[in-house]
Amino acid sequence: MTTSEIQFDTPADPVLDGPVLQVEDLHVSFPSESGRVRAVRGLSYHVSPGEVLGIVGESGSGKSVSSLAVMGLLPSSARISGSIKFQGRELIGQNDAELSKIRGRRISMVFQDPLSALTPVYTVGDQIAEAILVHRKVSKAAAAKRAVELLDLVGIPNAVERAKAFPHEFSGGMRQRAVIAMAIANDPDLIIADEPTTALDVTVQAQVLQLLETAQEVTGAGIVIITHDLGVVAGFADRLMVMYAGRAVEKGNVDEIYQRPRMPYTLGLLGSIPRLDVSEKQALVPIKGQPPSLTDLPDGCPFAPRCPMVVDACHTAEPPLVDVDGSAEHSAACIRTNEIAAADAEGAEAAVEIFGAEVAGEPEVAKIPREQRDVVLGLDNLVKEYPVNKGVVFKRRVGTVHAVAGITFDVREGETLGLVGESGCGKTTTLMEILNLQKPMGGEISVLGTKSSEVDSKRRFAIRRDMSVVFQDPMASLDPRITIHDCIAEPMQVHGYSKDEINRRVPDLMRLVGLRPEQLSRYPGEFSGGQRQRIGIARALALEPKLVVLDEPVSALDVSIQAGVINLLEELKSKLGLAYLFVAHDLSVVRHIADRVAVMYLGKIIEIGEVDSVFDAPRHPYTQALLSAIPIPDPVKERQRERIILTGDLPSPANPPSGCRFRTRCFLHASLPPEQQRKCIDVEPPREVQAPDHEAACHFAQIRQVL
Amino acid sequence: MTVILNEGDAAGTTGAASGSPVDAAPEPDKAMTRGRLVLIRFMRNKLALVGLVVIVGMYLMAFVGPLLSKWTYDTQDYSAFLEPPYSEHIFGTDKIGTDMFVLTMRGLQKSLIIGLLVALISTTIAAIVGAAAGYFLGAADKALMWVVDLLLVLPSFLIIAILSPWFRGKSWFLLVVMLAAFQWMITARIVRGMTLTLKEREFVKAAKFMGQPARKIIAKHIVPNMASLLIIDATINVGSAVLAETGLSFFGFGVQSPDVSLGTLIGLNAESATTFPWLFLFPAGFLVVFVLAVNWVGDGLRDALDPTSTRVRRKEKKDTKEKAA
Repeated sequence: MTTSEIQFDTPADPVLDGPVLQVEDLHVSFPSESGRVRAVRGLSYHVSPGEVLGIVGESGSGKSVSSLAVMGLLPSSARISGSIKFQGRELIGQNDAELSKIRGRRISMVFQDPLSALTPVYTVGDQIAEAILVHRKVSKAAAAKRAVELLDLVGIPNAVERAKAFPHEFSGGMRQRAVIAMAIANDPDLIIADEPTTALDVTVQAQVLQLLETAQEVTGAGIVIITHDLGVVAGFADRLMVMYAGRAVEKGNVDEIYQRPRMPYTLGLLGSIPRLDVSEKQALVPIKGQPPSLTDLPDGCPFAPRCPMVVDACHTAEPPLVDVDGSAEHSAACIRTNEIAAADAEGAEAAVEIFGAEVAGEPEVAKIPREQRDVVLGLDNLVKEYPVNKGVVFKRRVGTVHAVAGITFDVREGETLGLVGESGCGKTTTLMEILNLQKPMGGEISVLGTKSSEVDSKRRFAIRRDMSVVFQDPMASLDPRITIHDCIAEPMQVHGYSKDEINRRVPDLMRLVGLRPEQLSRYPGEFSGGQRQRIGIARALALEPKLVVLDEPVSALDVSIQAGVINLLEELKSKLGLAYLFVAHDLSVVRHIADRVAVMYLGKIIEIGEVDSVFDAPRHPYTQALLSAIPIPDPVKERQRERIILTGDLPSPANPPSGCRFRTRCFLHASLPPEQQRKCIDVEPPREVQAPDHEAACHFAQIRQVL
Repeated sequence: MTVILNEGDAAGTTGAASGSPVDAAPEPDKAMTRGRLVLIRFMRNKLALVGLVVIVGMYLMAFVGPLLSKWTYDTQDYSAFLEPPYSEHIFGTDKIGTDMFVLTMRGLQKSLIIGLLVALISTTIAAIVGAAAGYFLGAADKALMWVVDLLLVLPSFLIIAILSPWFRGKSWFLLVVMLAAFQWMITARIVRGMTLTLKEREFVKAAKFMGQPARKIIAKHIVPNMASLLIIDATINVGSAVLAETGLSFFGFGVQSPDVSLGTLIGLNAESATTFPWLFLFPAGFLVVFVLAVNWVGDGLRDALDPTSTRVRRKEKKDTKEKAA
């Protein structure tokens, strides 16, 4: 392929000395019914060419608003003051036409949701070409050619063909790649990425981060990456800014902040992340309460109501951002930084100490060896297939989606099995099969010793009492029309509890999940996401089940709130001796909460075993890849880690590869000599015991350290 | 979007729902029942209360009023033809000397009953048929939707007109049934569509997985979540039922003389609207006030039943900004 005439500047090309972006004392406020929302209050930062600045904070901390202000994309009702200098040029006060010359040309943006960032009615190639044509005088053909090159650059296979595809024909990861291609199309000097990986699977997340790194190398641009997850930016960012209530509360080099955080909020954020590389039970720090309302902030430190270190002096004045540890590079806004510095522990351990988090004990039943405990849930070679039909009048079956292709596992009393895998691997189908309690298409499901193929409706009803479910989305899992009391009472009404008993038990359940019974007459809409998830858990526990099925219960929550819910789940397990089937795509959460883990790929379990054994010595290449894709909130470790980047997306379950299903994306397979590759193509690997309580399905299984 | 706005885990803190409309829990330990909550929220809506008072007042007036008057709707005062309102005939008289007050009250009686009953029956049928079709799908759905489509293509006015000789002299309730039978189909289709989406919501699945039987899921989770739609639909139906009855009566198919309804009165006296305004204005005014009051009550009920509806509109604006935050 000959390259088109549009080229990137050489990365070293010095456009201007000094920072690309210099923000000074930025204030942004919006009008609202309850007064002005002061979303950003006096923010200052700068980004140098080629530098990656991470902006971290909970939802509503003003991180997105500040970058939208840079782009000039705020609604006209917003009041902006301060200074935003891009390459020495003031942006505030410029009209839209002026800004449009800079937007997309010199500053570009990558949005969170790649689906809504692309127009569904134009092809991906046309959209990228459009980004070029807006800013440069080139022919349409040249722009189209350039679009293909860019798609190739961001790693889309077969770019010539794929440029003609529409956004809906792309998977989420590919769409985000296309958006990045569009962002770098004009060789910008600044790229703003707003939660670019939040909506993506972990494996894809790793790919996208890698790609952003490549994009930075190619364009030499400064990057601002916005996220709520401190883990994501550890290995990627050079400097970090933590925001709270519209202000920067801590700024500094990435290593400094992770190792020596000097603001309790940063400590809390660090302590709330479950870590993949810690095998013993680590205590997670939940940050209590919620961010303050930005309309009428109290005097004093906005974090004071949630801070474990609060003293009276905190309420008198808002602490300014001051240098700490005698370094001009690291600054924090807290009057007690010296005391934090004086603490013995560092980083996340200090957080545990200061916030006083505790590890929940093991349930009584866990002392009995696993083999002697009762099996609460057993799956034996479960199969679920969907027909693919074609035609309107006469439906012909043209294929079969093998959603679940024979999976076997069991969950015993008092233990947690984590079921992990990318989206589309059949996790949810498996769950629905278990919860439906119908006779499966193939194989067998047994709950508490009762086989689902043999139960009648009466017995099925009885089983439902022992098995309950907590859903992913706390917004959708509670009926908005009924009060919390009715919601928690519903399962008990169904199973014939007396009125008195229900009225006695419901407040108890509220207390059990850490909510106040006075709130029982409220509706779900008045609760926050984390509280709603607690209500969902209370409802699940109403019938004193033995097995709770958890469908990604924390993936929709902010990290700091997630910690509280995980702690609650652990506490309940040890208190009530529950067994959990925990479905998740976040492996660090699974490592934290699960006793055993099963890794699913295309409807099959490819590795299963005791959690430490699987995480510390993964045998299957897919598990290794998954684990290596999870970021660790430790910049030093993170930079040293070698990422296994899986190429491509999950193959269609309607047409899985022959032999080993993973071979099309397998790095191990690719490195094998042809005669051994044959075995992968022809023979489906059986699940074999690799170590005590650890099985993997790979012909050439070998341990590889990835943490 | 995986990030939730306004996220905050205020376990054990008050912040979460400060300023919420249901702060005033009388006893801290016992939860308020749903009915009581709805009532409190309804009472807070002044316009709805006014509507309710007007409706109740109209019922009282329509049924008690004629008893207090010395005239009846089928007797005439031969000393007063086309008299404007005065002390003897407070609404005046028509051209054959019938007292307009009793006549209007008689008409109001019929319209009140017909309008409300038709709305109630047709919305109930729509909710049951639509929700059942959407929830069960398969054969039930096919059969029910076939009926809906069939009724939709039948010309209802013609059928009622053809059948009217048959129910002449029989109970007026037959007319109500006929009107209701031709008014529920479009709503049923909308309800079915909404059921299809609601069915996939996790709270419906949660109810299913806890062993709740299908009919109870429909009654407890699906229909209440469409309450706004159904209530609005019912209030619109009151209006259109009264109008449909008016239309039929105008052509002589609905309410038969000497019995009257607001419809026949308006139809008969429309041409006298400018010359003898009291003949037209009283029945028409009552019709307008009645439909308006029903709508106010409908609005109030919807807001009371839907915990988010009043706040939603206000919050929407704020949310878009917070989203940007």
